[in-house]
Amino acid sequence: MDKELGLLDKLQAMDARNFHAWNYRRFVAALMKRSDEDELEHTENMIDKNLSNYSAWHNRSVLLSNLMKKAAPGFTNKEEVLTREYELVCEALFTDEDDQSGWFYHLWLLDQTVRSDFPLLVSSWPVEGSDIFLPAADCLDGCASMNVFHYSSRNFPLVLYFNQSVGGVNSSTVSVSCGFNLNADLIWKPLSSNDSQCAKVWATRLAIPDAELHSSEPYQVEVKVGYSLGIVSTTGVAYSHPSQTSFQLHLQKPPLESGHESRLGKIQWKDDCFADYESGSAEPDLVNLLLDNLTIKNEVGPTASTWQARIIDYETNIFRDLLDCKIGMLTVARLLTAYDLLRPLDKPVHCEEVLELYSELMKLDPTHYRYYKDNHSLVLLQQVTSSKESLLSHCFHYRDSTLSTSGGPLCLRLNNLAISQLGSFGKLLWVQVLDLSNNGLQSIEGLEALQRLSQLCLRNNKFRSFTALESLRYLKSLKVLDISQNEIGSHSIDTTRYLFRSPLSHSMGSCDGNINDLSSKAYWEAFFVLKDMGLTQLDMAGNAIASGSFNVFLEKLLPTLKWLDGVQVN
Amino acid sequence: MGELAADKHVKYILAVEKRKDNFESAVLEHLRMNGAYWGLTTLDLLGKLDAVDSNEIIEWILKCQHESGGFAGNVGHDPHILYTLSAIQVLALFDKLNVLDVDKVSTYIAGLQNEDGSFSGDIWGEVDTRFSYIAICGLSILKCLDKINVERAVNYIISCRNVDGGFGCTPGGESHAGQIFCCVAALAITGALHYVDKDLLGWWLCERQVKSGGLNGRPEKLPDVCYSWWVLSSLTMIDRVHWISKEKLIKFILNCQDTENGGISDRPDDAVDIFHTYFGVAGLSLLEYPGVKAVDPAYALPVDVVDRIFFSK
Repeated sequence: MDKELGLLDKLQAMDARNFHAWNYRRFVAALMKRSDEDELEHTENMIDKNLSNYSAWHNRSVLLSNLMKKAAPGFTNKEEVLTREYELVCEALFTDEDDQSGWFYHLWLLDQTVRSDFPLLVSSWPVEGSDIFLPAADCLDGCASMNVFHYSSRNFPLVLYFNQSVGGVNSSTVSVSCGFNLNADLIWKPLSSNDSQCAKVWATRLAIPDAELHSSEPYQVEVKVGYSLGIVSTTGVAYSHPSQTSFQLHLQKPPLESGHESRLGKIQWKDDCFADYESGSAEPDLVNLLLDNLTIKNEVGPTASTWQARIIDYETNIFRDLLDCKIGMLTVARLLTAYDLLRPLDKPVHCEEVLELYSELMKLDPTHYRYYKDNHSLVLLQQVTSSKESLLSHCFHYRDSTLSTSGGPLCLRLNNLAISQLGSFGKLLWVQVLDLSNNGLQSIEGLEALQRLSQLCLRNNKFRSFTALESLRYLKSLKVLDISQNEIGSHSIDTTRYLFRSPLSHSMGSCDGNINDLSSKAYWEAFFVLKDMGLTQLDMAGNAIASGSFNVFLEKLLPTLKWLDGVQVN
Repeated sequence: MGELAADKHVKYILAVEKRKDNFESAVLEHLRMNGAYWGLTTLDLLGKLDAVDSNEIIEWILKCQHESGGFAGNVGHDPHILYTLSAIQVLALFDKLNVLDVDKVSTYIAGLQNEDGSFSGDIWGEVDTRFSYIAICGLSILKCLDKINVERAVNYIISCRNVDGGFGCTPGGESHAGQIFCCVAALAITGALHYVDKDLLGWWLCERQVKSGGLNGRPEKLPDVCYSWWVLSSLTMIDRVHWISKEKLIKFILNCQDTENGGISDRPDDAVDIFHTYFGVAGLSLLEYPGVKAVDPAYALPVDVVDRIFFSK
């Protein structure tokens, strides 16, 4: 066996990147029962000989992961282990700033530093302390206030937003109790487009079965998450930080005239239809309540005062010496973002600097312009949603001539921000009307968390296919959709084809996946997205796919449709 | 630089297809089935599949089938999962999957799955995630995915996932663009892309684009036209292809053409071959180059061929 190792040493001296050699070494080491520690030393020897050895760094990551996982002696103190590894890899990063060998290893160390092993509830809906009114006395879904929520029907969504994908959310592990007999058999669904029965976001609908039930006194509803065992992360860690939210449910007498929706005129997304959100004197407290309580206070996980913060701080100072090159700028941007991530309850402090760094990177490394742009967008949205002031500056009332009330539905306008990727969904669970027009979006992945969404504008973005609109399949309240002025039908290559639930990815049951008629086959992507939606208004103009026959197909598919491209449907 | 010399490449492929008695075809005799797939798919992408005699080719393919149900690289050679997939893919191009005894072929493929969910290439046992992809891709085209244990197959692939977001050939194996394509495509076909960290892998993949505009297969290696497929299709499947510079890559691929005699090589000014010709053209297809039909990033076949398999009765 030693001969084999000798042979391998010869081969690796000639070609340190030969993966057949590394694979064979792994095979021989296992046969010889060589310890992971000894093999780890071998990788260090290889790295000492030449820092530019990605294969050695890779093998080191495998061995180290194993040693930490089995809590081998000498590898139990994460702070010690990671500090030593940071020292080792920084040498590689600083020796040749263009050599990628250490980049991915360093990123892995950062992830190991910041990641919380525990599945935690990050935010939920309804928010602690809010008031839910069922059904709305008059006016549309949604109201002037940010903290008082009206629903036109006798049901509304409950949403749980976790820090990672979890399974096991059901009526045993999440209990919803109310003053009267609510049907406790709530069906919680994971909002994910795969069969794993796991998701970061879970939702259910709370329905009041007795149509006549109403009361002058509100009911107190308590949602308890994780008081019984059963919720587990996809990495196998049990949920162990139970949390509780309560809100008030006001059951009003149903209005005499039904179908208030027929009073809803055609929604226009023009600037003059939106009035500034006026916060009266009572409002700031309610808004603060919303924003404060949207994020669940978890006392576990890394915080600003732990070893994680010490490491991030230390590394940031080191990498500030490398700000004249790509990897230096990128690493500092990541470290500053990580630091803010460690303090989820505080306002992020590094957004401005991180945004500047990504802007500089877009200029320095134009080949990867869109990578930096997407990250820039995520930070921008973090910044917008991080404070009451910035969020309110994007809130408007929708003004419609058919409405008698002065304050129309509350709308969040994130238009004209040049954002190319969406994020911060945990902060937006309350949103009902969302304007994302005039941006550079090509995907809405994550938007399924916004279960209250009833009106959405995606006009003038970069959507290329209906498969990019997968999230809409989970928005059961969506009535108004504007996807005009996009690129649907102009691209031969569909980049979200396999991220979409369809027969192609074997992610649909044989019944659901059945398409019988020709036009549905021709427009199968649109068919699967729209078929179960109750849209009343749809705008498609300005997409290559829009045509007479497509409109015929749409009208057949959407019997509830009242307006198509601004024209009344018969 | 300029343009895609499509006609020259078609002529080159047809010439290679006809030549069976020169040195090159002799040393490549054992993988002629792969060569058929590379050449014919390129012809289809360039709209010239009708330039060949499909009946002649289909006859030859069937002669390569072994009694085990698997296909060999050429007549008289041993069967292997590699050539079995190429055979299935070529028949799909001609819309002649019905000449197959589907049960026989699918049983051969399914029989190569091991206890741990991995797949061997043939009876001699080599295990590699490439074979996982081949089995899943082939059986999916034949509508027989249920003949294997998909859950175990997916779990094995996940066990080959690395901390950089990429995948290796076996557990612990270093991330390599070729293996990444195989694993990502297999996960795409089985509806399991949620096991891929798109942002993490997307960054690793987009950093394959080097200064010349070409793509390499792993860090600190030279660019090669074939990675225009392995890297690009992976990026396409996880919706991160916008993280590279498409213009620079198009320029690189076009520079690898032999515009006089046809064909594309691994790097500018090197000798051309069918393998790199296919991956260069397939890469241009993913970059939406005009005049090239759309290719499906998971099945590595024209989109209209894949849609024909899944969306018609």
